[in-house]
Amino acid sequence: MPSLKDLKNRIASVKATQKITKAMQMVAAAKLRRAQEAAEAARPYSQRMAAVMSNIAQAVGGGDDAPRIMTGTGKDDVHLLVVAAADRGLCGGFNGQIVRLAREHARRLRAEGKTVKIITVGKKSYDLLRRDYSSAIVERIDFRDVRKIGFAQAEQVAEKVFDMFEAGEFDVCTLFYSEFKSVISQVPTAQQLIPAAPAEQVEGEGEGSAAVYDYEPDASAILADLAPRSIKVQIFRALLENVAGEMGAKMSAMDNATRNAGEMIDKLSMSYNRQRQAQITKELIEIISGAEAL
Amino acid sequence: MANSFKFELVSPEELLVSTEVTSVVVPGSEGDMTVMADHAPTMTTIRPGIVSFTGDEGKEERYVVFGGFADILPEGCTVLAEKAIHVDDMNSEIIKEQIAAAEKAVEDAKHDQQAQRAREFLDQLTTLEGAILPA
Repeated sequence: MPSLKDLKNRIASVKATQKITKAMQMVAAAKLRRAQEAAEAARPYSQRMAAVMSNIAQAVGGGDDAPRIMTGTGKDDVHLLVVAAADRGLCGGFNGQIVRLAREHARRLRAEGKTVKIITVGKKSYDLLRRDYSSAIVERIDFRDVRKIGFAQAEQVAEKVFDMFEAGEFDVCTLFYSEFKSVISQVPTAQQLIPAAPAEQVEGEGEGSAAVYDYEPDASAILADLAPRSIKVQIFRALLENVAGEMGAKMSAMDNATRNAGEMIDKLSMSYNRQRQAQITKELIEIISGAEAL
Repeated sequence: MANSFKFELVSPEELLVSTEVTSVVVPGSEGDMTVMADHAPTMTTIRPGIVSFTGDEGKEERYVVFGGFADILPEGCTVLAEKAIHVDDMNSEIIKEQIAAAEKAVEDAKHDQQAQRAREFLDQLTTLEGAILPA
């Protein structure tokens, strides 16, 4: 049985922890709002980009004119996994989920006899993959010293991917990130970047696909210019979704922690009070029995 | 009075302009073009330069853009710029930074094609610098 003093100390320390988790939750809530705004602000660009890409891809067709970055190398031997997670922990299962998905993917590919290379984005992604796949990690990127994720960061990741592609270091590139569904739900997602996944049907964009465009310069030149841009945008979007997801996950994790701390404080205070009462009763009994003995 | 149409200037980070305009000048990679209402559907890449548009009230606004492309339809025009800055917020620092980055890209280029593209981009930037920064 811990002494009264021990209990008092523990209550104080749990209270201090609760204050910290509470503060972290509030910070995460504020950051989440900003991250959501950023993700929303980025949406028009990526939507237009997708619409234009599908339009132009139709015009060019799947012919030989399409840039290599869209069609891929035609092989399927070396896979590059870009695993984007957060730079910090304390956000529940957020990082774990993304990494688990990537790990399963890598295991499956290896079982099929393919080579796997990994680029980790974010400190936690590296920390979690280092143990099993340290030999496969070819590059690690993190944004610890960046205050706000901007397009420049997405470009940094994209350039690295392009360089490797140009050098023929991989055939298929897949991006792992967490899709931000809502504050309480983030879905780890794998998205194939190279070769470009079959264009999704973009509908209800209010743009008749019948519009016949004039291309200046010609369609395939524009496509060659657009394809890398589109990949950058996809990476950018993934990074933004990740930030929002991380903050959402952190918020609910910290909310849980705060509630747990509250429960613990209640329990500890209860036993503290009981023990104090027991001590008082004991002292009284001692006094009374002492008085009776006289 | 010319008819107005919808004009949008979008950068990856945000939607900068969304308004009704009567004409837009787009710095296309093959030359500037002025877009007015009911323009034939055109898609063009753009070079670093100035996008200027005249709103309904006849007021002209100018944005500096660094590459991207424009999607022109009879009913509207969308410019997707890699980076766009209002002319008033523009200063020599920003463009110097861009030029330094472009110079680095030229040096780092691994093969001729890439080097050529980087050099073209650098040229366009230096032209732009001359154009918007009165000595």
